[in-house]
Amino acid sequence: MDIVELSRLQFAFTAMVHFLFVPLTLGLAFLLAIMESVYVITGKTIYRDMTKFWGKLFGINFALGVTTGIAMEFQFGTNWSYYSHYVGDIFGAPLAIEALMAFFLESTLVGLFFFGWDRLSKEKHLAVTWLMALGTNLSALWILIANGWMQYPIGSEFNIETMRMELMSFSEVVFSPVAQVKFVHTVSAGYVTGAIFVLAISSWYLLNGRNIAFAQRSFAIAAAFGLASVLSVIILGDESGYELGEVQQVKLAAIEAEWETHPAPAAFTVIGWPNEAEQRTDYAIKIPAVLGLIATRSLTEEVKGIADIKRDNAERMVRGQEAYQLMNQIRAGDRSEAVLARFNEVQADLGYGLLLSGYTDNVAQATAAEIQAAVDASVPTVWPLFWSFRIMVGSGFLMLILFACAFWYSTKRTVKKPTWLLKFALFSLPLPWIASEAGWFIAEYGRQPWAIGEILPTHMAVSQLTTTDVWISLISIAVLYTLFVAIEMYLMVKYARLGPASLHTGRYDGEANMAVRPTGEA
Amino acid sequence: MDYEALRFIWWVLIGVLLIGFVVTDGFDMGVASLLKVIGRSNEERRVMINSIAPHWDGNQVWLITAAGALFAAWPTVYAASFSGFYFAMMLTLFALFLRPIGFEYRAKIDSPEWRDRWDWALTAGSAIPALIFGVAFGNLLQGVPFHFDDILRLHYTGSFWALLNPFALLVGVFSLLMIVNHGAVYLQLKTEGELLQRSERLASVLGVVCAALFVLCGFWLWVGIDGYVVTSVMDTQAASQPTTKTVEVVAGAWFNNYQQWPLLWLLPVLGVLSFVASAWFSRMARHAWAFVSSGAAMAMVLMTTGVTMFPFLMPSSSVPSHSLTMWDATASETSLFIMFIVACLFVPLVLAYTAWGYFVMRGRLNEQHIRDNSHSLY
Ligand code: HDD
Ligand code: HEM
Ligand code: HEM
Repeated sequence: MDIVELSRLQFAFTAMVHFLFVPLTLGLAFLLAIMESVYVITGKTIYRDMTKFWGKLFGINFALGVTTGIAMEFQFGTNWSYYSHYVGDIFGAPLAIEALMAFFLESTLVGLFFFGWDRLSKEKHLAVTWLMALGTNLSALWILIANGWMQYPIGSEFNIETMRMELMSFSEVVFSPVAQVKFVHTVSAGYVTGAIFVLAISSWYLLNGRNIAFAQRSFAIAAAFGLASVLSVIILGDESGYELGEVQQVKLAAIEAEWETHPAPAAFTVIGWPNEAEQRTDYAIKIPAVLGLIATRSLTEEVKGIADIKRDNAERMVRGQEAYQLMNQIRAGDRSEAVLARFNEVQADLGYGLLLSGYTDNVAQATAAEIQAAVDASVPTVWPLFWSFRIMVGSGFLMLILFACAFWYSTKRTVKKPTWLLKFALFSLPLPWIASEAGWFIAEYGRQPWAIGEILPTHMAVSQLTTTDVWISLISIAVLYTLFVAIEMYLMVKYARLGPASLHTGRYDGEANMAVRPTGEA
Repeated sequence: MDYEALRFIWWVLIGVLLIGFVVTDGFDMGVASLLKVIGRSNEERRVMINSIAPHWDGNQVWLITAAGALFAAWPTVYAASFSGFYFAMMLTLFALFLRPIGFEYRAKIDSPEWRDRWDWALTAGSAIPALIFGVAFGNLLQGVPFHFDDILRLHYTGSFWALLNPFALLVGVFSLLMIVNHGAVYLQLKTEGELLQRSERLASVLGVVCAALFVLCGFWLWVGIDGYVVTSVMDTQAASQPTTKTVEVVAGAWFNNYQQWPLLWLLPVLGVLSFVASAWFSRMARHAWAFVSSGAAMAMVLMTTGVTMFPFLMPSSSVPSHSLTMWDATASETSLFIMFIVACLFVPLVLAYTAWGYFVMRGRLNEQHIRDNSHSLY
């Protein structure tokens, strides 16, 4: 593997592991705030115990969220140094703001959440919990603004003097439509994750007939919160699809395996077998008109197919080739007016020139075959996107059914919840993680070959390291993360099994046999 | 406000963030480094850990913010230092990994071996970054072998082992001891009895050692390390192009700024005096003063480093004219301005709720308190 592939692998691995913990933090933080609010309003101790117990699990998860987050913060500099130089002027700002506005808040308050129970009044502690939840959401907001800009880089311009992108309009970056839909879809995904987590573990207690009162209440809160969240994730997911139709047509075409542009309104391929070699989808089952509706909200607009997108890209590649040559000319000192003027005309396609530079030794004299190779690489491979998307959407609808049933039964307090429902909830535990990882895979792999959409190709973005360097770091990270995740899972299972008895209040099932233990040494 | 002023402000602000980091995260790293040194029993170690438990994460965000601000304000410096010091950064990262989980998981299983492993993890996780940061500064002062190509891609030509030269290692040890000292003075504020006495004793020696090491580093810099000077006229308002100036390597040049503005000597002198004061106050059991002195000493050390190198941020030893300075390696004017506004709004807010957090958790901890709250504390 070359340095680019290794760096991508390292980034993908660390990001995907980070995102095992992020959604649960996002969701549980809110659920804790809700539970504690109920405690403060009703004064019932059981709700405080709920906050404390789910808070314990929250803490176990949070620790790894922080650990893996630090790796992300360092990685842009260590492994993507040209990226950092090239776009740091725009991209660095949201990252710095995220730290100032969100990380400080959540990290300072998480300490008070755990250790402030006896030192703060009920109301103050509740405020701490809400602000902590707010902090986690603000962190998601700013990082997704950064990520939204990578997908759809607006509000910025290339500066040939400094050889980088520079900020033109901060508000365009912040209010980017892509960032907004990403934010709401992603945090809703987090809420769903928190809800399933509480729902599944509560169901397990109910199945075992333990801590019934505790589990019933947790179940009810999770069901209501989860239903709202899953509806929101699905509706806002549809919004993501619409946004893609506007700004990232390649990604949409790949998700839908839309090889050719079809007359409007386009049909939606429910399932099929994307055939890359022949550029068609075998065994496709289609619903007429639905894709057109999702992507364009109309029956008359076309959804562009991959073949057409490639044709467009071929044209841009030629202009990019010229822009690349002019750039070299200017950097070599030629500041004649004609050169500068022409460069201004074609510089929007400079990214394609940079992309081409990865497929030829001499951009100026690139052969037709080399140009074709770059054009082919300008769209991502279809089948991984096609399948990930269906996995995400499938999980989404399964969870919708689950939450709808769970909500229905939890409104009927007198009825015992049926075993099938409790089992369904328990076995659904992995679904939100599967959906989120699939979602990120679509968003990020679907952005290829670009690190910054149509501006900076991924192969240019890396640091000038050796493959040995990255192998060593990648393997070390893999070993460490595996170890950490194993420890985390072990503790999570251990404490989930102990249940609220782990609080040692004397009020919950399973404490009798623990009470004999000396409490000093723990 | 013009570009030059913004550039200067950001030079100061990054300094402020780094000072915030050493003064706050410094003490929790110091306390964790001392777990095996002055914590003799599990309960003593739990007192130590719980003295920092509610704060270490917030403190660490100073480091994360500094990295983020470096990215935003000096993107090229962020790119060059993080990729150039690749393995040093990875080691720091791996060490930092151990802290969040160490704090959170140590008390989750009741077994001596389990706790012992996490004690080592916390010690390593805190001491290694402190050491490496010092080594990194030791190397910055000597210049780092890197250059740019014609599209400003960075090429680092040194090796990891070259970073471990004697001067850099000395600075590394100094940095570690400074942090450990800070941990010991913090423990004076939060503990009682034996632990308190041990930290007083330790800090009353360490403060003096730090003062001596600081002087030694300065002396070595004077006699043994060449400085860098910009020999062309710098346009402090121009777009950030770090390759167009000319730079020379001159013996003793790191002391030029002091010749030009002799008042700057106050910084290192106050630094040495503050270290000695922190030792003295520790001995006299004036705990709050010891803490203030130690914090001030570390701030002075950082400021001294900053003004010594000014305007350099990362000198290049292989192609000196490609050195990064605070005039030609910054973000654009727009970016610096927006980030300045953001910093003005949020830094005071952060300071306010951080202070409130310390206020809520004020007071000393003892072993009885740990026993009484065994299941809710770390
Ligand atoms: C949608 C949400 C989201 C996404 C996409 C990311 N993060 Fe994250 N991050 C969080 C949401 C979050 C969080 C919810 O705020 C965390 C997770 C668990 C936690 O402790 O806080 C967190 C923790 C966290 C921390 C530790 C903060 C602390 O000490 O409290 C850092 C430094 C980062 N992240 C950095 C990053 C970077 C550089 C990312 C992108 C490349 C990134 N995160 C993606
Ligand atoms: C059921 C209907 C759903 C639809 C139509 C949908 C649609 C989408 C689309 C189009 C993207 C790509 C956005 C981009 O590349 O910019 C995406 C990304 C994502 N999805 Fe979904 N999604 C659905 C369900 C879910 C569920 C149930 C979850 C998790 C619980 C989820 C989590 C994510 C995540 C984490 C991302 C990456 C972040 C982002 O790009 O917004 N999605 N989704
Ligand atoms: C935490 C959630 C995230 C997950 C799970 C995730 C997942 C991935 C994956 C799978 C890749 C590899 C794509 C490929 O090379 O085929 C990748 C690459 C990358 N992602 Fe993300 N990502 C996440 C968040 C982000 C965010 C928020 C940013 C920026 C703010 C970001 C920036 C990058 C960069 C710079 C690369 C490497 C360069 C590239 O492949 O373009 N990622 N990520």
